[in-house]
Amino acid sequence: MSTTTVGAPLTNSLTAGKLPKHTSLAVLAASWLVAGAVFLMLQLSGASEDFNIAGTLVFGTVLYGIAIYLLSYFVEGVRKAKDRLVTALVTAAFVVALLPLVSLVVTTVTNGLPAFLTPTFFTSSQRNVVGAGGGALHAVVGTLLITGLAGIISVPIGLLAAIYLTEYGRGRLARGITFFVDVMTGIPSIVAGLFAFALFSLLFDDPGIRFGFGGAIALCVLMIPVVVRSSEEMLKLVPNELREAAYALGVPKWLTIVKVVLPTSIAGIITGVMISISRVIGETAPLLIISGFTASMNYNLFSERMMTLPVFVYNQYANQGTDAQAYIDRAWAGALTLILIVMVLNGLARLIAKIFSPKLGR
Amino acid sequence: MTTAVDRDALRTTQRVGDRVFSTATIVAGSLILAVLAAVAIFLFVQSIPAFLAVPEDFDPGVSNFWAYVWPLAFGTLWSALLALIMAIPVAIGIALFISHYAPRKVSQGLGYIIDLLAAVPSVVFGLWGIGVLAPMLQPFYSTLVEWFGWFPLFAGPVSGTGRTIFTVAIVLAVMVLPIITAISREVFLQTPVLHEEAALALGATRWEMITMAVLPFGRAGIISAAMLGLGRALGETMAVAMVLSPSPQVIFQLLTSQNPTTIAANIALNFPEAHGVGVNILLATGLILFVITLAVNMLARYIINRRKAFSGAN
Amino acid sequence: MSKRIEVTDLNAFYGKFLAVEGVSLTIEPRSVTAFIGPSGCGKSTLLRTLNRMHEVIPGAYVEGEVLIDGNNLYGPGVDPVLVRRQVGMVFQRPNPFPTMSIQDNVLAGVKLNNRRMSKGDADDLTEKSLRGANLWNEVKDRLNGPGSGLSGGQQQRLCIARAIAVEPDVILMDEPCSALDPISTLAIEDLIEEMKADYTIVIVTHNMQQASRVSDRTAFFNIAGTGKPGKLIEYDDTTTIFSNPSVQSTEDYVSGRFG
Repeated sequence: MSTTTVGAPLTNSLTAGKLPKHTSLAVLAASWLVAGAVFLMLQLSGASEDFNIAGTLVFGTVLYGIAIYLLSYFVEGVRKAKDRLVTALVTAAFVVALLPLVSLVVTTVTNGLPAFLTPTFFTSSQRNVVGAGGGALHAVVGTLLITGLAGIISVPIGLLAAIYLTEYGRGRLARGITFFVDVMTGIPSIVAGLFAFALFSLLFDDPGIRFGFGGAIALCVLMIPVVVRSSEEMLKLVPNELREAAYALGVPKWLTIVKVVLPTSIAGIITGVMISISRVIGETAPLLIISGFTASMNYNLFSERMMTLPVFVYNQYANQGTDAQAYIDRAWAGALTLILIVMVLNGLARLIAKIFSPKLGR
Repeated sequence: MTTAVDRDALRTTQRVGDRVFSTATIVAGSLILAVLAAVAIFLFVQSIPAFLAVPEDFDPGVSNFWAYVWPLAFGTLWSALLALIMAIPVAIGIALFISHYAPRKVSQGLGYIIDLLAAVPSVVFGLWGIGVLAPMLQPFYSTLVEWFGWFPLFAGPVSGTGRTIFTVAIVLAVMVLPIITAISREVFLQTPVLHEEAALALGATRWEMITMAVLPFGRAGIISAAMLGLGRALGETMAVAMVLSPSPQVIFQLLTSQNPTTIAANIALNFPEAHGVGVNILLATGLILFVITLAVNMLARYIINRRKAFSGAN
Repeated sequence: MSKRIEVTDLNAFYGKFLAVEGVSLTIEPRSVTAFIGPSGCGKSTLLRTLNRMHEVIPGAYVEGEVLIDGNNLYGPGVDPVLVRRQVGMVFQRPNPFPTMSIQDNVLAGVKLNNRRMSKGDADDLTEKSLRGANLWNEVKDRLNGPGSGLSGGQQQRLCIARAIAVEPDVILMDEPCSALDPISTLAIEDLIEEMKADYTIVIVTHNMQQASRVSDRTAFFNIAGTGKPGKLIEYDDTTTIFSNPSVQSTEDYVSGRFG
């Protein structure tokens, strides 16, 4: 430390040519204020009716980008200016992605809540309902049955396949399965529905076949690859030392897998399964194709059309009868129910992963 | 010798469990390949009548299956392409924000928030697109057509409802954002720290470091992420079916009430009422969609796998 | 309980790579034999061939014979699972099962094989094994606590207790102290000294003082260079190896001139 000469300000040569610490925040606030002032004048002059908040934020942010670039360009030079501009752009990209999410959640809650809170929504079906009233019980039941069956079929197959890939698989078969599992995650959901329809209409020689089981099979096609991928990731995390420890105790390979490898990774596997369920529970297109829609209750997966929540939402919206608003309200209420189910499943999955993951190592 | 006897006795019993278990896993693994093959085979078998269909089976003005599927295939590719053009820059921005700009503590949470977008069912996106987005954008479209109508893509007459291919593309972009973001983010996070620090030690700003170290390293990852996003956008059904007001023809204008529809949306809208050869025709369009997405996905996975083999980051 | 091990003309491969070539040696019952040598000389590989753990690594295989009391481990139709019950192993890093309690870890070899045992028998076996590993007094009050809650040295002794609970004839130790502090190391070395009354013990170590302290016989391995197979250079009484070796490279190694 050198002692400063009397009267001279304390300066550090390394801070020279740099904007003060909070410049960008100040510029941002100023930009919003300017934009707000412009829109306020527009409103006062009668050019627009309300104060345009969205416009203020959008134009204010654009203004900020220009201002910070120019300011930085003249004080800090072109390199730093570019850096600041990109920082602004990248942050803006994130905020832009949040807008639809927020808007979607807010509108679903506000539009869906009234019908969602009517007492009949979860206690009755749409049978013989014209206009307002009725409920979505048949759809909730159908969704639970079809998704449940899809899970019961997909989880063992997916888990066993993941075990094959991590514990046994070598050579071309394993590489082929890994590759095509990845490819299968990209199959459009409607193709899965068409597949189930093509399969069962040939099998039962019924060109207009619609039943719940077919929907479950279609969901399996979508769900199995997701289960395989997530379980495989989790099984790979189990340290090899644990497998070797069990082998060295004279434990056969399959018991090692069942009693050491699976218990160690079970939390992650359950998390993956729940997330995969939350993915398929919102599928509409395949169920529209193979399970169809109905206004009545149906507890039998193997005969007759079966309603599900996503199809209910679509159907209420697409086939509005008299008193259209009642149908739209029910569609939003169904959407709200779906989002709640998906969020709860996701939240539970993360919670399980957090609480039950074994503490490996020290 | 007793050990020899023990050994034989134990060998026969122990091996059963192992064999049953390993066979079960192989069967399960092979079943997945079988399912994929079955999808292709059954769709193909059910599509044969459509390929042989006569003009009377189609709407007036359509002579055969290929003339029927062409405008749909165009609409599928066109909407997906528009969606990608919007989604890719934003997704890369978000991925960079999460991996290199946001504070370490919150970056994982931010990742979860973006993943939530992927968890929203597509039918809800459809409802939102038609109930909120389309009406919100309509005045904006009117202005656009009024001022920039000379630009071919924005030519009028403007749609009165906002249910245009452009709105669909925005909804699709929002829906493919999470997958492109997630994969790009993973790739960016794998950038060797040594490369980043080498760039910073040369006096590079953060953005220069990203252009020197992160983006070149992640290029293959971004490309394949974009292709996986393309696969999603091509196959997305409900959001398109609900938002778009369709007319099966090849139109490039983005903002009019005449919009090319997509294969998936066309199936969803017409399947419940289809009968006879009509069902086979829709199944055949599904087969075309399956082939397109399969090709896109296989190419994307091929690029990812090749990158994995050479990067040494794992 | 303990048994003699005879290794004849043993080659160990990782795929095409020959890691250990032409090893022949005889390990006496109720003794401690140390394998020493520079990194990559194949001593750990050889150790793992003695209970057929070598082949757990994909592509790895073995040529030659390993006889335990006259039975060839690599004979046709031999079940590696059964071999491993007779030849236990302790690893370099302590690896208790994270999902199991201390008692379950000790009984793992028994329980994982689906053998039923009464509560009394289980408690007796737990106590006996933990006493055998000098761990009983430290953990007897928290047998139901998690195994991963112990210190590194305690975890390693827990792994030894786990290995002796299946009552093997031979115990292989692959650098059992390399991840431990000096005090824990001393505890393990004392334990090895006590255990040799009942078991045949083979230990791989990088630490020459440790080899000279705990072992009766010592085998020195070396490689001619990277990519070359490891070979047995000299095998003799520990005192001879450390005081009067017959091969120059052994003397260079034990006197710290290389490696």
